[in-house]
Amino acid sequence: MVDARTPAPLPAHTPSLADERVNTDDTVDASGMILPLEADAGASPVESVPAERSALASFWAAFRENRGAVAGLAVVVAIALLAVFAPLVAPHVPTEQFRAHVQQPPVWAAGGSWAFPLGTDALGRDLLSRLIYGARISLGIGISVMLVSVAVGIVLGLAAAFLRGLVDTVVMRVMDVITAIPSLVLAILVVAVLGPSLLNTIVAVTVVYLPRYVRIVRAAALSELSKEYVVAAQVAGVGRLRLMFVTVLPNCLAPLIVQAALGVSDAILEAAALGFLGLGAQPPTPEWGAMLADSREFIRAAPWIVTLPGLAILITVVAINLMGDGLRDALDPKLRRS
Amino acid sequence: MLRFVIRRVALTLPTFVALMFVTFIAVRLVPGDPIEVRTGERGISPERLAQFRHELGLDRPVWQQFLDYANGLVHGDFGVSIVTKTPVLHEFLTLFPATLELSLCALLLAVVIGVPVGVLAAVKRGGVLDHAVMAVALTGYSMPIFWWGLLLIMLVSESWGLTPVSGRVDLINYYFEPVTGFMLIDSLLSDQEGAFWSAAQHLILPSIVLGTIPLAVIARMTRSSMLEVLSEDYVRTARAKGLSPLRVVGLHALRNALIPVVTVIGLQTGTLLAGAVLTEHIFAWPGVGKWLIESIARRDYPALQGGIMLISGIVIVVNLLVDLAYVAINPRIRHG
Repeated sequence: MVDARTPAPLPAHTPSLADERVNTDDTVDASGMILPLEADAGASPVESVPAERSALASFWAAFRENRGAVAGLAVVVAIALLAVFAPLVAPHVPTEQFRAHVQQPPVWAAGGSWAFPLGTDALGRDLLSRLIYGARISLGIGISVMLVSVAVGIVLGLAAAFLRGLVDTVVMRVMDVITAIPSLVLAILVVAVLGPSLLNTIVAVTVVYLPRYVRIVRAAALSELSKEYVVAAQVAGVGRLRLMFVTVLPNCLAPLIVQAALGVSDAILEAAALGFLGLGAQPPTPEWGAMLADSREFIRAAPWIVTLPGLAILITVVAINLMGDGLRDALDPKLRRS
Repeated sequence: MLRFVIRRVALTLPTFVALMFVTFIAVRLVPGDPIEVRTGERGISPERLAQFRHELGLDRPVWQQFLDYANGLVHGDFGVSIVTKTPVLHEFLTLFPATLELSLCALLLAVVIGVPVGVLAAVKRGGVLDHAVMAVALTGYSMPIFWWGLLLIMLVSESWGLTPVSGRVDLINYYFEPVTGFMLIDSLLSDQEGAFWSAAQHLILPSIVLGTIPLAVIARMTRSSMLEVLSEDYVRTARAKGLSPLRVVGLHALRNALIPVVTVIGLQTGTLLAGAVLTEHIFAWPGVGKWLIESIARRDYPALQGGIMLISGIVIVVNLLVDLAYVAINPRIRHG
């Protein structure tokens, strides 16, 4: 593990990888160019192959072995494409109400038609179109939450690890408090303060999931800090910021990437739960959780209104989790569960 | 050991203080005036308003309000609900048994199914059963439980008519004074025929919904922990001695594999309480989760504040106990 994560020198340098001292020096020189996915420095097959490509390739080779992960990735890509091209793919405008077709069943049920493949809701809106646009919102929330919490997590985690002392104590105690409050309760509190809206959902869920990222970055950075290449860089006179973000950070990325992938699915679930409680996206936004919120009264009359949005959430979350498990096994063998 | 316990307990104190601070500040920032909520849209005379504000202590400096609040908490005073005028602690304690009963049943379900299933999957590693268990566990782990609850209501309650849709007991046919607060026990104590059955029927769907995610987590954890243990030397020794496979797996391996599982079970407290909010909302279960959501709608600051303090306090204490129990079982950590 330790060796596997030692960053590789640039291909321009001599490939004398076996000599650890040379390797360490090279790292300092070339630290600006280290690729995050660099996983297997010692095993660069041929000298002429650029190091970064071999890293990606070896990652892909490990990832590809996990069939579930590849299936998950395929589903995630498909949903992402639907989300991006929603206006082209969706048969109708998601908020348009077809008054003549209220609660029309899906096409496979009696009374369904291809005009509304998955049927319509209680206001006569096309369910398929709403689900497709909903993918935009759910993936959008998941990815925004992930990006913001990764960014803030990196800054706070590195600050805690490098500055220690008061900064470390304050940051980590605040993270302890956030962790102590049950996730949904905290999200509800944040939304209660800020008011229910899509943007505030993102803020709330980000706050809830921030501690994981801070802890991961801090722990990874602390374990890196004791290594020789960091000492060498310090001796070489590398500035503190450069040491934090350029020398150490790339070597903390593997667990962070894994957590980030799994964090997207958690964020989607949390945001949908808020939407369901009426504290997230507000009508008529086609958010999956919010779509379920008032579906309850149609359990008897129109079960598809209840079933389909939840199924969309479940499929998306399962696909992301499958992909995340594969990422973990490929990037961070230490975390492999079995 | 004692030194470790004292240090670990001391470490949670700053967390409690910070928690007080966070809940106080956050609730202060909630938009909407509690007085306005209480008096409605009609509006009241300025004198009356001032009097109200004075009664509630809202006219004093914020830092003084915080000190009062902190002082009250230390003495077990969590404030008085603005809406119902009863002490928050009293309201919480009245409702908490319902949440506790639901959470315990959910956890029991998760353990009773999760552990054996995880063991089976590990023993039959790579087989059809293993793959099926892991697939179901992944689905359970990814489940939007609010939807899962609606789905179960749709199928079990509406289509098949097997269970009631909401509440804790059939209030039309049965009434009894709360003794323990646990409906299952109270219904038995009441000696009314059918009361226990009614309570159990009301409990089954919410327990399944709330237990789903812990069940998946426990099954996955048991499996991986079991796999690790099964490759240990002492398991091989036990096998070599000619012990029956059942004895090897059930006694020698399982006992050791359960240590991390117990930790994971303890750490599910937060998940359970967060899930309880959704589950109670769906099934109209009169517990603290439902109460918390309603407090937001009513802008009941003290209830919200006290409720979050109490719920988080429970999580902190349970996690502390889990930590200590883990150290008690596994002395290596103490000295590490």
